[in-house]
Amino acid sequence: MMSEQLIKVLSDVETALSEAELAEIDAELAHVPTPSGAAIDALKIVQAHRGWVSDESLKAIASYLDMSAAELDGIATFYTLIFRRPVGDKVILLCNSVTCWMKGCDGLQQQITDQLGIGLGETTADNKYTLLPMTCLGACDKAPVMMVGDDLHEDVTEQSLQAMFHDAGGKQ
Amino acid sequence: MSLDRPLTRNVRPDKSPTDMAAYEANGGYQGLRAAMGKLSPGDCLQIIKDSNLRGRGGAGFPTGMKWSFVPMDNPSGGHKYLICNADEMEPGTFKDRLLMECDPHQLIEGMILSAYTIQADVAYIFIRAEYLLAADLLRQAIAECHAKGYLGKNILGTDYNLEIHVHASAGRYICGEETALINALEGKRANPRAKPPFPQVSGLWGRPTIVNNVETLCNIHHIIERGADWFQSLGLTTDAGTKMYGVSGRVKKPGCWELPIGTTVREILEEYAGGMEDGYQMRGFLPGGGSTDFLVEEHLDLAMDYDTIGKAGSRMGTGTMIILDDKTCPVGFVKNLVEFFSRESCGFCTPCRDGLPWSAQVLDDIEHGRGLPEDLDTLARQVGFIGAMGNTHCALAPGAMEPLASGLKYFREDFERHISAGECHFSNSKTGGAG
Repeated sequence: MMSEQLIKVLSDVETALSEAELAEIDAELAHVPTPSGAAIDALKIVQAHRGWVSDESLKAIASYLDMSAAELDGIATFYTLIFRRPVGDKVILLCNSVTCWMKGCDGLQQQITDQLGIGLGETTADNKYTLLPMTCLGACDKAPVMMVGDDLHEDVTEQSLQAMFHDAGGKQ
Repeated sequence: MSLDRPLTRNVRPDKSPTDMAAYEANGGYQGLRAAMGKLSPGDCLQIIKDSNLRGRGGAGFPTGMKWSFVPMDNPSGGHKYLICNADEMEPGTFKDRLLMECDPHQLIEGMILSAYTIQADVAYIFIRAEYLLAADLLRQAIAECHAKGYLGKNILGTDYNLEIHVHASAGRYICGEETALINALEGKRANPRAKPPFPQVSGLWGRPTIVNNVETLCNIHHIIERGADWFQSLGLTTDAGTKMYGVSGRVKKPGCWELPIGTTVREILEEYAGGMEDGYQMRGFLPGGGSTDFLVEEHLDLAMDYDTIGKAGSRMGTGTMIILDDKTCPVGFVKNLVEFFSRESCGFCTPCRDGLPWSAQVLDDIEHGRGLPEDLDTLARQVGFIGAMGNTHCALAPGAMEPLASGLKYFREDFERHISAGECHFSNSKTGGAG
């Protein structure tokens, strides 16, 4: 009985990745000498399809790459841009390195919290935004800067921030 | 064509990217055409050695010497790798983004010639995930090169083959450390490796590997095309070439400029960055990113080159300066940096993993008026322990201690006043929510 359950669990794991995900992971596997070499790429591929990497996704990737889930989780949790918890449609990456700090990023963080009702690491109730701190974004001549989704915003001010999230519902 | 500003000759005022047609119209890929089939890898190596090009990622190691450690006999026929370090994450550094976004082909041409010199058959551009535009432009440039026969099999009719792949990172500052970067490329946690063996002998997948910074690689085809003497003549001091210098902080015109290496700090700060914003005075500056020691007013007339800044007690690092002004709390400034390094520690070595959060906590106490006189001794002890080369696998921990050690030296009275007064004396102190 146990073994049948186990077989069912294992087969669920094997089939948990979509054909599109498997095709993209296979393309990465062609470049690496061992399957585990594609671990980060595979995590990013699955995240691109699903928004984040759940325990089930992680186990499925680990199984496909012939790794233990624990080993893969050690890799997934190391990298700041692999999300092991659900995130909003757009992730806000607020630079809080030293030049942006001098130019007032802490004030911007407070304003985001006031406007969207979220602190660092939190997601709005409507699932639109997640706020994360980020290492120097490499645009220090335009500090303070932040990314919202794929877009870089430079010389951010109280006014521009207000406009950026004007459609957000304020505090949840 | 401007010969004295080679790296930025294709950078347009509106910063729009230079495509293949525009790049070639301005002499692009002439260096590659001149070298392939005419210069041997050994010839190219000698030119780079003679040029005295030093690594622009921050360490300033001579590029030709680094390359010369790659074994040139390859009896097994296995891969050799060239990796471009485009993981620009050093606080205050924004030069490689400009080079890649404005002139992607310059980097690709430099990489082809660099890979040819060490006879690498596979190259990677390891780029931080946030540089989406640069990654797209580089992928496009690589495709254009395949169409032209500059990449792929039998490049320009020779028997040399090369593939370049763009690999976007998944985050973490430590990936900029070359052995950590190699682990990240292998799909592992980005813990730096113990050296030796050095990557030149045993790097990616255990094969000979060279890791160079974007700016370093952008110089290569210019040097091979125009020669070591030309490159040497560009520098104002004993260092050769130009340098991408940057200034951020409370200056009138923050920005990034290509200037002869050895231009003085004062000239960069006053003529290019326009001097301090009205109402602000300079108190100090980090010459080349968050992991370099403070210098102060007395150092303004020093030449920005590796040796001069080194002798003054700091490092030129990435060459992008961060200015500390008189209205910003030096304790808060240093705290921001130490908290950054604490967050970015990979956690492998104890002094870094445990010492940096401890230092950050002490700095937080001082900044918020909870500091004790003996805290300064604690910080000094941490500097000695965490900052000593050899206590950790990589340079993150010693780098983290550079702004702290020099901050304690130049701004000691500010630290002491925080402790004696039990509060921060900067009215616009940006201490955020932690207080």
